[in-house]
Amino acid sequence: MHRTSVPLLWRRFKHHYRLLGNHCKTCKTDYYPPREICPTCRRKGVLEEKEFEKKGTIQTYSIIYAGPVGFDKQTPYAVALIKLDNGPVLVSQIVDAPFDQVKIGAKVTAVFRKIYEDGKEGIIHYGLKWKVV
Amino acid sequence: MNKVELIMNNSKKALDNGVGIIGYGAYIPKRRIKAETIAEVWGKDGEDIKNGLMIEEKAVPGIDEDTATISVAATQNALLRAKINPREIGAIYVGSESHPYAVKPTATIVGDAINAGHDYTAASTEFACKAGTAAIQMCAGLVKSNYIKYGLAIGADTAQGAPGNALEYSAAAGGAAFIIGSDKREIVAQIEATYSYSSDTPDFWRRSHAMYPSHGGRFTGEPAYVKHVFSATQGLLERTGYKINDFDFAVFHMPNGKFASGMAKKLGIPFEKIAPGFVVKRIGNTYSGSSILGLCATLDVAKPNQLILLTSYGSGAGSDSFVFRTTDKLNEVRNAAPTVEDYIKDKEYVSYAQYAKIKGKLHYGGAQ
Ligand SMILES: [Zn+2]
Repeated sequence: MHRTSVPLLWRRFKHHYRLLGNHCKTCKTDYYPPREICPTCRRKGVLEEKEFEKKGTIQTYSIIYAGPVGFDKQTPYAVALIKLDNGPVLVSQIVDAPFDQVKIGAKVTAVFRKIYEDGKEGIIHYGLKWKVV
Repeated sequence: MNKVELIMNNSKKALDNGVGIIGYGAYIPKRRIKAETIAEVWGKDGEDIKNGLMIEEKAVPGIDEDTATISVAATQNALLRAKINPREIGAIYVGSESHPYAVKPTATIVGDAINAGHDYTAASTEFACKAGTAAIQMCAGLVKSNYIKYGLAIGADTAQGAPGNALEYSAAAGGAAFIIGSDKREIVAQIEATYSYSSDTPDFWRRSHAMYPSHGGRFTGEPAYVKHVFSATQGLLERTGYKINDFDFAVFHMPNGKFASGMAKKLGIPFEKIAPGFVVKRIGNTYSGSSILGLCATLDVAKPNQLILLTSYGSGAGSDSFVFRTTDKLNEVRNAAPTVEDYIKDKEYVSYAQYAKIKGKLHYGGAQ
């Protein structure tokens, strides 16, 4: 069974593959993932694409032992709130690090990885995860 | 005029091909499994296997790594060295025998991930372990004929060996990427010449829906690897006029350490010249990534104006042989990205059970 809307996913490739969000020129706020409209400025908001630098800091994290479908074979894994050095906060997985390295304040950088596979025959989702530096 | 000058003059006249590598990048996943860890599961002697294959441990991909992610990581490193706008890349070829999709190119995933825009031609290529060097030849041809400004050639694999099979000790994961260009100011290693030797030899294969490859046992040695690597190398020497002693370094495809070091011996190349690129001992056979990771490791240590011989091998069967000459630019770009040695040293060992889970060798009960 394919659970993914392929067209919906396809429209998000560039945001998933790179750190492409947007920026409201009116209130100078950065968004990732990108917003359709600026929630603060509404109709006065002027949004433009902005690619953020793939560097950030772990604000907080959680170790997942019971993952949702599609992630259940990856457990245990770490998920963190990451504050980008020049952008907003996002939620993502931390990879290639023993859990004692996943700490609040740890510096991280983005890597391109498989997010999940839509079954054996569906599409493979790729995107960014984060690695402790 | 001494010998060195003669060769240089010769290369300027006859062998300056006007095309070369302007950026190279390696990627090796962090996880390793030791040969003795695998041997223990099958009641084999780990020391025997290590000595026989000359493989101490091999690189294992993360559960979220595949040929596409390895290709992207290697390309990002190549771009750090080449310092070009990825939108100027006119061709992307990814060589692998473990493309994530049977139908759907890996190359376009790489193109989007590196922001290459859409003005490029692309294809996934397959020729067992030599699809990466074939990609270098394809890019060199397009660049040299001015169809494109830059070409991106990648070789990457997450190789599988059936549990208990001899290949389980060697089948590893890793890859390398090369940006090919023609601007002399950008070239870090000129591609002076290339020559290939191919024949229909069924030494190793995998049918479309088979999970693991099959191989012809002893047939994989003499009529396959040895014949093709030797013939391609000899053919290259004949066509360029180079003597084997002219080369400062050599790299051969490394299905295991024994085959590659045996080939060096057969050709009269001292082990020291293949040592920098002899990555198989510590990461295993990365298939389409094998010989070209050896090339990256050699570029990591080579000085300017040195000659590197590279001969790949792909079962089925064929070899691509190359003469590379390093330039002054190499020293400038080398430290812009992690070296092969950096990746080899950054490792974490896994147990056989963890390895089986990562490689999908476990059967889960109940609904999937
Ligand atoms: Zn706003």
